[in-house]
Amino acid sequence: MTIAPFEYAPAPESVRPLLAPSYGLFIGGEFVPARSGKSFATINPATEEAIAQVADAGEADVARAVEAARKALPAWSKTKPAERAKLLFRVARRLQERSRELAVLESMNCGKPIRESRDEDLPLVVQHFFHHAGWCDKLAYAFAGASAAPVGVCAQIIPWNFPLLMAAWKLAPALACGNTCILKPAETTPMTALILAEVLQECGMPNGVVNVLTGGPLTGRALVARAGKGPSKGIDKIAFTGSTEVGKAIARACAGTGTKLTLELGGKSPNIVFADAALDQAVEGVVSGIWFNQGEVCCAGSRLFVEESIHDDFIERLKNRMKTLRVGNPLDKNTDVGAINSRAQLQTIERYIEAGTAEGAECFTVPCALPAKGFWCAPRMFTGVQPSHTIAREEIFGPVLSVMTFRTPDEAVQRANNTTYGLSAGVWTEKGARALEMANRLSAGVVWLNTFNRFDASAPFGGYRESGFGREGGRQGLLSYVSLGHGAASSTKAPSVVKSVKRSTSAKSVTAAKSASTAKRSTKNKGAKR
Amino acid sequence: MTVARVEVAKTLKLYINGAFPRSESGRTIAVKDAKGRVVAHASHASRKDLRDAVEAANAAQPKWAAATAYNRGQVLYRVAEMLEARRGEFITLITSIEGRSSADAAREVDHAIDRAVCFAGWTDKIAAVLGGKQPVAGPYFVFTMPEATGTVAVVVPDRTPLLSMLSLMLPALAAGNAVIVIAPMSNTPLAAALGEALATSDVPAGIVNILTGVRAELAPWIASHRDIAAISGAFLSEKDAMALELGCAENLKRVQIFRDAPAFEDDAFWHSPFVMTPFIELKTVWHPSAL
Repeated sequence: MTIAPFEYAPAPESVRPLLAPSYGLFIGGEFVPARSGKSFATINPATEEAIAQVADAGEADVARAVEAARKALPAWSKTKPAERAKLLFRVARRLQERSRELAVLESMNCGKPIRESRDEDLPLVVQHFFHHAGWCDKLAYAFAGASAAPVGVCAQIIPWNFPLLMAAWKLAPALACGNTCILKPAETTPMTALILAEVLQECGMPNGVVNVLTGGPLTGRALVARAGKGPSKGIDKIAFTGSTEVGKAIARACAGTGTKLTLELGGKSPNIVFADAALDQAVEGVVSGIWFNQGEVCCAGSRLFVEESIHDDFIERLKNRMKTLRVGNPLDKNTDVGAINSRAQLQTIERYIEAGTAEGAECFTVPCALPAKGFWCAPRMFTGVQPSHTIAREEIFGPVLSVMTFRTPDEAVQRANNTTYGLSAGVWTEKGARALEMANRLSAGVVWLNTFNRFDASAPFGGYRESGFGREGGRQGLLSYVSLGHGAASSTKAPSVVKSVKRSTSAKSVTAAKSASTAKRSTKNKGAKR
Repeated sequence: MTVARVEVAKTLKLYINGAFPRSESGRTIAVKDAKGRVVAHASHASRKDLRDAVEAANAAQPKWAAATAYNRGQVLYRVAEMLEARRGEFITLITSIEGRSSADAAREVDHAIDRAVCFAGWTDKIAAVLGGKQPVAGPYFVFTMPEATGTVAVVVPDRTPLLSMLSLMLPALAAGNAVIVIAPMSNTPLAAALGEALATSDVPAGIVNILTGVRAELAPWIASHRDIAAISGAFLSEKDAMALELGCAENLKRVQIFRDAPAFEDDAFWHSPFVMTPFIELKTVWHPSAL
């Protein structure tokens, strides 16, 4: 008697978000069409069907949004912190109420499995607002003796891999610190940011405090062009998450403008498995490291370093696990790997896969039926990868794992750090001292020991080296959204010291000047404490 | 008639990797005193001197960062001891070169020495103040710790040269970075004297390098050098500031140009931990805490 192979019945998510056929830009508390009248269709990457028509913001719209955010700034930054807090707590609660709907919409627009948007993205989104709501009235205790004032108008440009989560990571701390914001979601994933705008409105967020500009790279460029002070400028802070290439271009545009800048950029993160690791747990960690969100994760564990002695055994286990990954409809609750976000990204990934094979690495994939429409890429694992290979050096941003080996901890550290990036790193070992030594020696902003891809609103996240600077999350993340005052610091610009010193010639006048300045300073300090 | 005793004038050199080389370019700059007399010639550092300094700094930095915070604190305290020992020399150089009164000079030197003492005390408190343990919503033990960024180019303005140099280099050093100081041209003998004080302290070779050179000439090379991790500067011309800030677009250098900061005399600002944060990386480490 033969046993029929176990098959999953389809289990699609039944909640359907209520959507309008078209969405405007969210400026000054209302949805308005782009001045140019331009709009574009945003699609579902799993079906290539249009979800809605969204406005394409141009320079005139950017100008309007900056104006709205500037206008809203004085009142918002002076709103009692405890009142700001209540608004943000309410936003967290409302997002919780609408989280099923938002998870579905996220999966529809982004391509990620509903299991992830429901169990990872949305809970973190809510937690981010809840966590930062509580910071509003505690900023005076956050910065070791310094007082915190808002930076001003923040332009926040976010990517398409975690659309709503990135919006929350950017908006929640900025709003908690009393800034006003212009959020620019990625071209391909504007939907949840627009619904978030609706939620903010429902919760009574004052007009202009949050503005949402949908559009493509030109919108982003127009926004960055307004970095700085002055009538044609008006943006005090830029926060960007995306590619290192674009991050550098933004840094170039901001040079000399006095704009506060934080960048969360690309990565080529190592995941290091020692022979003494709990191997089945490590396999799960590698799987979540590279195939979470189709590998479209800036901190993806895209370089796997396996200790040479267990290489064959570990690869065998990994292959077996890959055979159980289900690729397909993102809205099916059984799906592990959803759709690639766009045709362009799929083509990029395919180019890297071709390069991997062409340069001599061996590709493993599990043949599976892929839907006829949509953008799909089954998980790939390359073994026999050399450090010089393209797929070992460049960020792919797709479900492609490059496997290499090492013999000693020193070699593992040296090979893992041999990259210009430094976003995350994973280490798998049952030996505590070794895990902590590795954590010390790896150049990365986040180190996951015996786990991978964990996030939390209270835990700082951000990169070393060319993965960017600045942190998001926790007390450390607030630093990106405040302008600190240090007693006298806030009130005086540096005088020309040499000149003022020259004037006081006698010892007597020096003492007098000194006591005067001491008196002045102590008053200022009192002011800061208030 | 016999010649009165000839004073032995000091040849002013660069300070790279614990040694005192001349500029490889062979260039020098005439040093004038307050009365306009040429009293010495200082080395005029070139792009290649910068490159040598970067190499030395990057080679020495990991060991400095890996030293215990207590050890780094003692080394910086030793710097204060060495500065105090040369207090008279610094005052003389400030009065003779800049034409300031000895009381003014003394005030600056004392402030510089006291700043070294302050940062000697910071090294083992940075983690307590800037790091922490995070109460994440799950069974994980999560903590965040500060680490050094790497090699920091420190571009110093002309005003109060000794206090400027120390105010900008100490925050980077306390956090475990190596520094390359582009010394102010307003008082090159003072920069040389600082190098000598450091050479006789316990600061390891290569951790502090001092180049006397022209800021505008070196700024683009600092910005484009891919082995420099960060740049610190204060009260610079907008042109120099802009040139340095472009370094961020090169390899994501952390660039902190203090523009609107209070003068270096302001302890509330310049002793705060937030003058160190631009040169500190935060590393967040996760580990499961349940089986």
